[in-house]
Amino acid sequence: MSLRAYIIARILMTIPMILILLTLVFLVMRVLPGNPVIAIVGMKASPEYIKKLEHQLGLDKPLWQQYIDYLADLLRGDLGKSMIWGKRPVIQEIMDHFPATLELTIGGFLVSVLLGLATGMVAGIRSGGKLDASMRIYSIVVYSLFIPLLGMMLQLVFGVWLHLLPVGGRIDPGLEPPTITGLYVLDSILSLKMDSLANSLAHLALPSFTLGLVLSGIYTRLVRSSLIEVLGQDFIRACKARGLLGRSILFKHALKNALIPILTMMGLQFALLLAGAVLTETTFSWPGMGTFLVERITYRDFTTIQGSIVFYALFVALVSLVVDLVYAYIDPRIRY
Amino acid sequence: MRTFNFSRLLNSVREAGLDGYMMVIGIIIISVVLIMAVFAEFIAPYDPIKTVGMPVTPPSPEFPWGTDTIGRDVFSRVVYGSRTIMIVILMSTALSMAVGIPLGLLSGYVGGLLDRTLSLIMDSIYAFPGLILAIAVAAMLGPGIYNTSISLAVVYIPTYFRMVRGQVLSLREQLFVEAARALGATDLRILRKYIFPNVFFIIAVVFSLNVADAILTEAGLSFLGLSVSAPTPDWGFDLKNGQRYFLSGKWWPVVFPGIMIILLALGFGLLGEGLNKILGQKEVR
Repeated sequence: MSLRAYIIARILMTIPMILILLTLVFLVMRVLPGNPVIAIVGMKASPEYIKKLEHQLGLDKPLWQQYIDYLADLLRGDLGKSMIWGKRPVIQEIMDHFPATLELTIGGFLVSVLLGLATGMVAGIRSGGKLDASMRIYSIVVYSLFIPLLGMMLQLVFGVWLHLLPVGGRIDPGLEPPTITGLYVLDSILSLKMDSLANSLAHLALPSFTLGLVLSGIYTRLVRSSLIEVLGQDFIRACKARGLLGRSILFKHALKNALIPILTMMGLQFALLLAGAVLTETTFSWPGMGTFLVERITYRDFTTIQGSIVFYALFVALVSLVVDLVYAYIDPRIRY
Repeated sequence: MRTFNFSRLLNSVREAGLDGYMMVIGIIIISVVLIMAVFAEFIAPYDPIKTVGMPVTPPSPEFPWGTDTIGRDVFSRVVYGSRTIMIVILMSTALSMAVGIPLGLLSGYVGGLLDRTLSLIMDSIYAFPGLILAIAVAAMLGPGIYNTSISLAVVYIPTYFRMVRGQVLSLREQLFVEAARALGATDLRILRKYIFPNVFFIIAVVFSLNVADAILTEAGLSFLGLSVSAPTPDWGFDLKNGQRYFLSGKWWPVVFPGIMIILLALGFGLLGEGLNKILGQKEVR
């Protein structure tokens, strides 16, 4: 299969996945026992008011009609309007909060990859030894660290005791860079505002570390097993036979090949990052999608909840598509 | 006659090395929490939902783990909280298994269009961030032990499905299954007598690793205020309650429930890891 044919096939495969996810969201939001309208307004609302709200949300139509309306609206990129506070379009509200989440997940991703590479390489090179065993325990323990507790401990140590880093928020008021991408770090660089850059990086440090540390254990394992496999292959022996130094073999030849399988995991890893980000955001008052979603759940803003979940679904499908395409590009074997 | 031989058991743990020790530590942690959950009435010194002292009193002989933001005994709440999380985890896992395992057996054994459809659906759910799916379901169902269990169960059905299906696919081609079929065994009999017992061990491994994950998801849900409703003692929710006071140095309402969440997740994680290597299976997670 040529790369182009693969790309087309993979994009076509994404369509049923998106459709399934959207249907799932629809089922969760509309079909589950429990009336969303009563969930919104509470048990005490008058029947007339409930009727009115049901009509407004289209919930009085037959289910199949609702399903078609829902998909048709989505096709037009319409996620509905928020039910509170000025009734802004949901998509706009999401776009206000999404860059913060993206910035945090990128930060968390970098931390987890760096920690995972370091620990995984140590374990892989010393496989079978004491260091290998410690790294294995590391990977199990960090995965069990409950993000809110870890985050609060870091806040206490680095924020309150050492006064090194801010304990919450994205940036100090007044230092926000002009919006270009919505990612404060990137925007600060683009608009050459060094104080904003330093400040947003300082705010990003603890949340990224919290999220990254917890997820780094997965990379530890992946890097370890992948490295052990590569180190046992003939071309590595050939390198040794030609008299290459250990370090050069490791970094130039082994690691490059060991990283390929790790790419495949990135799609699923990303789902874990997004889930972890919800807890990280609420712990660090980080104004991203997670804080936003949880806040709107307390206000029972039904359309916004549904819109946010749909957005997550589309985003996950998109990321897994991109990861697969990158993988196919790097490793041609996958296309066959 | 084979009798229970403690020293032989110890020996086999020692032979398994690190994995043996991990498994034993895991089992000890889980047992302690189980005992707390079952005998909460006898262990907890106070009523977990009654105000028994001044708010946020530091640990003292009277209140060994201090009191929380409205003067309830933290230790008693943690003890009763173990019951909440254990019930939720057991119910949700049972539900995920009850749906995921039969579907996985069926899908892998029958194959064809059914298999492709089910796999696509399960893979899509699996790709979706677990906590966020649980949040959506929990937000719609509302608080409560049963609703929380359902929210968690939905998230973990695909895990059991995928694992069982994969096992069945490889077992289906094995000689002993073919032999059974040649002898005229019905499909149901083959599934029950030949395939399910062989899938059982891997289920045990996936079960422990999965429960470790489910504990963190449950604690996450309850930290976000989407699990059982107040005043039920619940570790994640109690931790959230203490958050306001934490940075001013009042650590006990946060740290004790938080440590319990980590320990319990770690316990199941260690058990799963140890089992995994001891049963000689491939890495699962």
